[in-house]
Amino acid sequence: MMGVRTILGQWRSTAKEVWDRTLIVAKFLCVLHVTNTYICTPTLVYGPSMLPTLNLTGDVILAERISTRLGKVGPGDIVLVRSPENPRKTVSKRVMGMEGDRVTFLVDPKKSDRCRTIVGDNVYASRDSRHFGPVPCGLIQAKVFFRIWPPEGFGSLRQGE
Amino acid sequence: MGTPSFLWNFMKSITGGLIALTISDRYASIVSVHGLSMHHTFNSSTNSVLRSLSDDYVLVEKFCLANYKFTGGDVIVFRSPNNHKEKHIKRIIAMPGEWIKVPHSHDMLKIPEGHCWVEGDNSASSLDSRSFGPVSLGLVQGKVTHIVWPPQRVGQVRRSIPEGRFSF
Repeated sequence: MMGVRTILGQWRSTAKEVWDRTLIVAKFLCVLHVTNTYICTPTLVYGPSMLPTLNLTGDVILAERISTRLGKVGPGDIVLVRSPENPRKTVSKRVMGMEGDRVTFLVDPKKSDRCRTIVGDNVYASRDSRHFGPVPCGLIQAKVFFRIWPPEGFGSLRQGE
Repeated sequence: MGTPSFLWNFMKSITGGLIALTISDRYASIVSVHGLSMHHTFNSSTNSVLRSLSDDYVLVEKFCLANYKFTGGDVIVFRSPNNHKEKHIKRIIAMPGEWIKVPHSHDMLKIPEGHCWVEGDNSASSLDSRSFGPVSLGLVQGKVTHIVWPPQRVGQVRRSIPEGRFSF
């Protein structure tokens, strides 16, 4: 009798400890998710389409989500957008404008008042709005504002041109 | 006595809020359906007074967003291509690479890669791909699987494609 009760008691206290630890980890992951989705997230970007601003072999940058949620993204900003051709890919490009005044086709402001034209900095090696047209604002995920790796490039990535 | 327990309750409710937000973003959430564009599937009561009092509530699951696995006939929630603050609920009629006959015209349209064609079940009063064209799959926020309110209509939302919309 005594043996069973002490075993049961020990099991209960271990189970409680496991539950408490799991809850702490779960809460931490929730805070991480909310921060990454609504405030700011670090991302690895690679590829030639934003040379010379972003390196070919990969930079770690910080992208904030508050401006995109408020709609305060304008020409000259570097943004992370979900690719219109493959929604599983997120690409980084620069917003060129709403009117599309640098490209040959015209965006009718009444029909698509929330579309932006995006172009990569490296115009020779970038699939962007010149191929798939203006991009709906709902696909813009975050605005890039800071680079944290490599150390030589550490610093703010403000609006170019 | 007063302040520590108030702070404790405050922290607990913030934590609860964060957990609820994470679950509703990553796994499933419940949303209410406004409007008549999905009549007969949602909001199917014909009495206009009753209808305004009780919108249908549906369960939206987000597991499908991991790989963007959708099939024709699914009912999805997506951000409007014209206004990223609005969300719409419509049914997917055609997936990327398929051809669809554009209504009231003799054209056949091929759905581009990464896009889908959505239409409301109630064609008479639905603002959908017939007005704003194919919708990018990146705008999709979730898939509707069940109706959870009102109780007499609780059940699974079935996949179905309207007749005669495809080419061969």
